[in-house]
Amino acid sequence: MRHTISVLVENKFGVLSRVSGLFSGRGYNIESLSVGETIDPATSIMTIVTTGDDQVVEQITKQLNKLIDVIKVVDFMEIDHVEREMALVKVSPRKEDRTQVLQLAEIFRGRIVDSGPTTYTIEITGNESKMNAFIELIKPFGIKEFVRTGKVAIGREGIRKTK
Amino acid sequence: MKKSGAEILIECLKKEGVKHVFGYPGGVVLNIFDILYDEKDIELILTRHEQGAVHAADGYARASGKVGVAIVTSGPGATNTVTGIANASMDSTPIVVFSGQVPTMLIGNDAFQEADIVGITRPCTKHNYLVKDVNDLSKTIREAFHIASTGRPGPVLIDLPKDVTAGSGEFIWPEEVKIRGYNPTVHGNKYMINQAAQMIAQAKKPVIMAGGGVILSEAAKELREVAEFAKIPVTMTLMGLGGFPGTSKLSMGMLGMHGTYYANTAVQNADLLIGIGVRFDDRVTGRTNAFAPNAKIIQIDIDPTSIKKNVRVDLPVVGDVKNVLKELLKSMKELKDQQWSAVRTAWLKQIEKWKDERPLTYKHDKNIIKPEFVVEKIYEATRGEAIICTEVGQNQMWAAQFYKYDHPRRWLSSGGLGTMGYGFPAAIGAQFACPDKIVFDIAGDGSIQMNIQELATAVINKLPIKVAILNNGYLGMVRQWQELFFKERYSHTHLDAGNPDFVKVAEAYGAAGLRATKPEEVEPVIKESLKIKNRPVFLDFVVDWKEKVYPMVPAGAAIDEMIFDEEKEAGKEKKLKAVK
Repeated sequence: MRHTISVLVENKFGVLSRVSGLFSGRGYNIESLSVGETIDPATSIMTIVTTGDDQVVEQITKQLNKLIDVIKVVDFMEIDHVEREMALVKVSPRKEDRTQVLQLAEIFRGRIVDSGPTTYTIEITGNESKMNAFIELIKPFGIKEFVRTGKVAIGREGIRKTK
Repeated sequence: MKKSGAEILIECLKKEGVKHVFGYPGGVVLNIFDILYDEKDIELILTRHEQGAVHAADGYARASGKVGVAIVTSGPGATNTVTGIANASMDSTPIVVFSGQVPTMLIGNDAFQEADIVGITRPCTKHNYLVKDVNDLSKTIREAFHIASTGRPGPVLIDLPKDVTAGSGEFIWPEEVKIRGYNPTVHGNKYMINQAAQMIAQAKKPVIMAGGGVILSEAAKELREVAEFAKIPVTMTLMGLGGFPGTSKLSMGMLGMHGTYYANTAVQNADLLIGIGVRFDDRVTGRTNAFAPNAKIIQIDIDPTSIKKNVRVDLPVVGDVKNVLKELLKSMKELKDQQWSAVRTAWLKQIEKWKDERPLTYKHDKNIIKPEFVVEKIYEATRGEAIICTEVGQNQMWAAQFYKYDHPRRWLSSGGLGTMGYGFPAAIGAQFACPDKIVFDIAGDGSIQMNIQELATAVINKLPIKVAILNNGYLGMVRQWQELFFKERYSHTHLDAGNPDFVKVAEAYGAAGLRATKPEEVEPVIKESLKIKNRPVFLDFVVDWKEKVYPMVPAGAAIDEMIFDEEKEAGKEKKLKAVK
């Protein structure tokens, strides 16, 4: 099962390697990882996407909690949440396909962030399935370069259901 | 008033109540050693290798319950501590290791004697620090001692660049420690504890499995009260020896790979297994899916990651063992009309039967010394009151099987990492912690050579440590595996041809050396060694090289699939037989 885990950590040197070392040392798998400062510059949030059965993920969250520099661990599997990632795609379509690429970007609410004589650079954000759908569709036009961030996730505010 | 970093370090150690520090000097820690030169309240014990310093700090911590401290230099000094730190980590020993580091401005430049020791020790410490500013020093040390000694204890390393110990700053001792990411759960959940009491009340065939956590949380008294109140037989892991009196009628001795027949059999037949301060290591469980197949499992441990890591757990209780056992006893006493004795009669009788069926035994020989015989004689001569350190291998298993530990902190052995060379320096630490106790290191001829240089440390400090070398001329445990599972192909396990004369080695260092080659010499030699009070003694026991540790659970087997030495039991020539 795939889990998105959010880890609030002290913003100190070496913390990233404590976390990544925990995963490599214990044979857990990291699919994606993104790190950034929070509003409080003394802390950072790491969003880690990992896979494993229930027992493995339970161990992962416990082991993360055991690290002294880890303040809080949230497994989004149990929580209603929004997740996003972003990619920058440099496409070099044939002249006759250029409009089609622009249309495709628009359908997926991508933005053209750079344009050259032979290429477009498209910024695309979304959840994983949207990202994958876009990439599949744009592939035939010729992807020159492709970079992708890790996933970030945030919990939704609980809404009380009214009768 | 401003103080140098080195002075602040020493002040902090005093605040933490440190009396002994084990260490080895070098270029970047000269400032610290210079302060120690005049220091009256803290004694630095110079070992002859940094690994020895860390094991000594570890032995000191295990024997005393206090935090052990080591100070070493950068680069090779620091990397030499890694085995000692990993050892302390696996066995949850509270130690703080200070390593020197090149000046902050040189870090990362591959400077002379530079090693990224914080990076190297990250996976084998509970936590580690690089101090970059002298003003952070006292807070860091305060935190390090707190982290090392609370929760599930463990080693903490502090890396000290030369300019930090040479620089000056204000010495401010923080009275309180607050680390927002570190709040161990000390008190067990009341509901869970009540559940546990209920489960124990309903169980007909319960077994307590006690581990190192009982000793670390000073819970031997509480464990005894619980076991005796509810009439539950107790087995101990290697780390748990001494957590429950080995001579008690309820004790079944050690379980696991070289555990007793009755302990392993009881666990496999139990309907309730109560793991207390244990992590269900593979040497204890054997094949996990066949472990305690009929039992519900309760696990009490302060470390949540230990729970459900290796085996299924029906009722987890996270908390300090001592607190939880106190609460558990209270809960059990609240259960009215419970006939604790009556329900257990049949089960305890069954265990007695198993004990009679296959006791821990060996076949005595008139002509050749059996290693088990040596351990028995040490037990008799010290009346079970000595601190026993061990190396790793057969010597360790025989010392675990044939010496009965009635008190905690009298058994110092490298359980998790299995570090050859641990016992002797640990004995040095233990002797400093307990100067009035008899300290033995039960060793093999292989293991003792892994830190034999510490003879100098023991001699110069006049430590009357007895090193009983069970000298079989082999790496005995590996040889045993080769005999049983590798068609007697003794690849690189024969040491005899290269072994030194251990008596002469001892004497060359200024220690005493004694030797026994015949069974009747064993007791006199041990008695002789006990008379020597001002220097260490090597006791070279030339033992039967063919002797093997039994019972034995082969790797990957269930713990009731034990191999016994039929010859040992029946006194007849018989082939080894696997007992189902």
